[in-house]
Amino acid sequence: MNPEELDQIAETERKAQSQFTQRVNVCVAAGCLSCQSQSVKDALDQEVARRGTKDHCQVKGVGCMGLCSEGPLVSTNVVSSGAGILYKKVEAADGAAILDSLEGEPVSRLVCRTDVPFFQRQKKIVLENSGVIDPERVEDYVAANGYSALIKALTEMTSREVIEQVTKSGLRGRGGAGYPTGLKWSTVSKSVGTQKYVVCNADEGDPGAFMDRSVLESDPHRVLEGMLIAAYAVGASEGYIYVRAEYPLAIKRLRNAIRQAERIGLLGSNICGTRFSFRVDLRLGAGAFVCGEETALIASVEGKRGMPRPRPPYPAMEGLFGQPTLINNVETFANIAPIIRNGGEWYAQIGTEKSKGTKVFALAGRVENTGLVEVPMGISLREMVFEIGGGIPEGRKFKAVQTGGPSGGCLPADCLDMPVDYESLARAGSIMGSGGMIVMDESSCMVDVAKYFMDFCMTESCGKCIPCRVGTYQMHRILSAIASMTATPEDMKMLAELCDLLKHTSLCGLGQSAPNPVVSTLRSFAEEYRAHIEDHKCPAGVCGAQAAEAGEAAAERETV
Amino acid sequence: MLSYLAKPTPPTQDKRWKLVDATIRRQGQQQRGLIETLHTVQEAFGYLDTQALRYVAMSLRVPLSRAYGVATFYHFFTLKPAGEHTCVICMGTACYIKGSQQLLDAVERELGIAPGETTADKKVSLLTARCLGSCGLAPAVVYDQEVAGKVGTAAMREHLKKWTQA
Repeated sequence: MNPEELDQIAETERKAQSQFTQRVNVCVAAGCLSCQSQSVKDALDQEVARRGTKDHCQVKGVGCMGLCSEGPLVSTNVVSSGAGILYKKVEAADGAAILDSLEGEPVSRLVCRTDVPFFQRQKKIVLENSGVIDPERVEDYVAANGYSALIKALTEMTSREVIEQVTKSGLRGRGGAGYPTGLKWSTVSKSVGTQKYVVCNADEGDPGAFMDRSVLESDPHRVLEGMLIAAYAVGASEGYIYVRAEYPLAIKRLRNAIRQAERIGLLGSNICGTRFSFRVDLRLGAGAFVCGEETALIASVEGKRGMPRPRPPYPAMEGLFGQPTLINNVETFANIAPIIRNGGEWYAQIGTEKSKGTKVFALAGRVENTGLVEVPMGISLREMVFEIGGGIPEGRKFKAVQTGGPSGGCLPADCLDMPVDYESLARAGSIMGSGGMIVMDESSCMVDVAKYFMDFCMTESCGKCIPCRVGTYQMHRILSAIASMTATPEDMKMLAELCDLLKHTSLCGLGQSAPNPVVSTLRSFAEEYRAHIEDHKCPAGVCGAQAAEAGEAAAERETV
Repeated sequence: MLSYLAKPTPPTQDKRWKLVDATIRRQGQQQRGLIETLHTVQEAFGYLDTQALRYVAMSLRVPLSRAYGVATFYHFFTLKPAGEHTCVICMGTACYIKGSQQLLDAVERELGIAPGETTADKKVSLLTARCLGSCGLAPAVVYDQEVAGKVGTAAMREHLKKWTQA
């Protein structure tokens, strides 16, 4: 593979696509697939074949279009008029009507308006190809400027220049902690080892977050390209993608993407005629939340139990098989190609002073529009929930928004005007996390939510360090007592003490951040805790005798 | 050849062991291939029993204790065979907020089993998932690999009835 050959592929593909004057894109990412979008696509395919319009009407399976709650989504585009329509909740029987509409009026009963904030307020960098290209064809990716950043890096830039651009862009790790990516890359590139590794962390364990899955399902080549550029920059020749076994579709599309990239010579030895060689292999996670922690992830890739170890040495010095290892999240890698293509300065213009670029959020819970959105950093929570999210359904009242999964916190209504960036979220007692954003209304009880997350941390604690193993259990017990109205004020004191203890003495991020949901709800919703303990009442009407039983049963299971 | 270096023979004549052997070979018979190999065994046989663990441990030359440790550490691996049908209820945050606990309570009452268990007639296994990533469709349930979104208690009972009465 050399640059000319890649241009050739892009040229051929663009030419082939220009034959089609009518395009129908059907979302075949997991969200819409579970609403039977495959049967919609099949129906459209059959209908096109029956009408004999195959030479100018293209039906394509594409990645996520974002508005998962209204799926299956279908978008149409007529090249001559440039008119594009998005249809929602399409059924297989609607196929003929949609094809008819290509030459006439849109099917009004299915039209999904795209002039609403949900679509208008987004800025797509990571998701620029999602919902546009066919994730199973590398040609489509190449035609959309894919792999041009890799070619640019390999042929026009030194590895130091690549790192410089990434540093200039101000990109920070999208896995949650927000460590500057450029700094990490330069540390790994300076480390000495016989072999260096690049690992992509696709073990998206946060409940309520599905950004990485969506990126992998909609645009797998973008992640590979990011990894390739990273490998070139730090001098690695082997890579692993650690992906959750719970994401079978993402695994299938990644495998396919790796095979295609190998076939056209973008993975393997002497890529583009240079001395750079790189191989990628998949490693499947097996359902352990703690494996999102980098040292635990390394242990898991090595075939061991996913238990973290103390840092330093950091993986950048001593990681996989004792060698320098670069670990970045899926979304971080997905940002790399555009940065190299357009330059670090371009990326640094987007976002806030300290948090650059865009962030993909998985908006879920009690909001009208649930799905995947990509917004510039610094947008306010209010815009996220009430404009993009469309507000709370059934006229209920907003109560809190939870970010950062089990390591994050609940932000109350008075945080709504806060900008969404790493620093502001941390100040408010939450974290950016990987991008899950769950909206709660008055029907959710904050004690119950805190208990839910503590149950999660208790079950997922790997058991290596005692503060986390025993502390989460103790905290869960107290929270269960509060939820069953049997707690005493002393318990509250103990709870606060445990929060402090876990935060400061746990070995890894899981234990250190496990108290966050409790601390943040105690800070903003102390009244609810008080009502449970003193008045024996749950203001939201969630907790009670039944909750107590369930909590005890869970604790029981844990000890057995 | 020294006996402890010889490749162990599969526990049974079952053809599925060929798949397992292929994975072991692909991992270069290295210890690091343990998790990948266990994935293959579980995919082929549905669960990991003692003889499978023993065989994998011997083939990769890891202590049986480590193979067992890994198999029990990760939630994805199961040491018991599943029932004819599996019902997975997502307990991710978005699903929880939208009432997946009520769904779970309903199934537990209906089938008389707790998560991770199988009904006595081996018809239905009940499992919970940390998050399926179908948060836009909360609450989500997986009936035999098929994800259903926005599930209500009534619809779920209906579905289970089809299984238990079949």
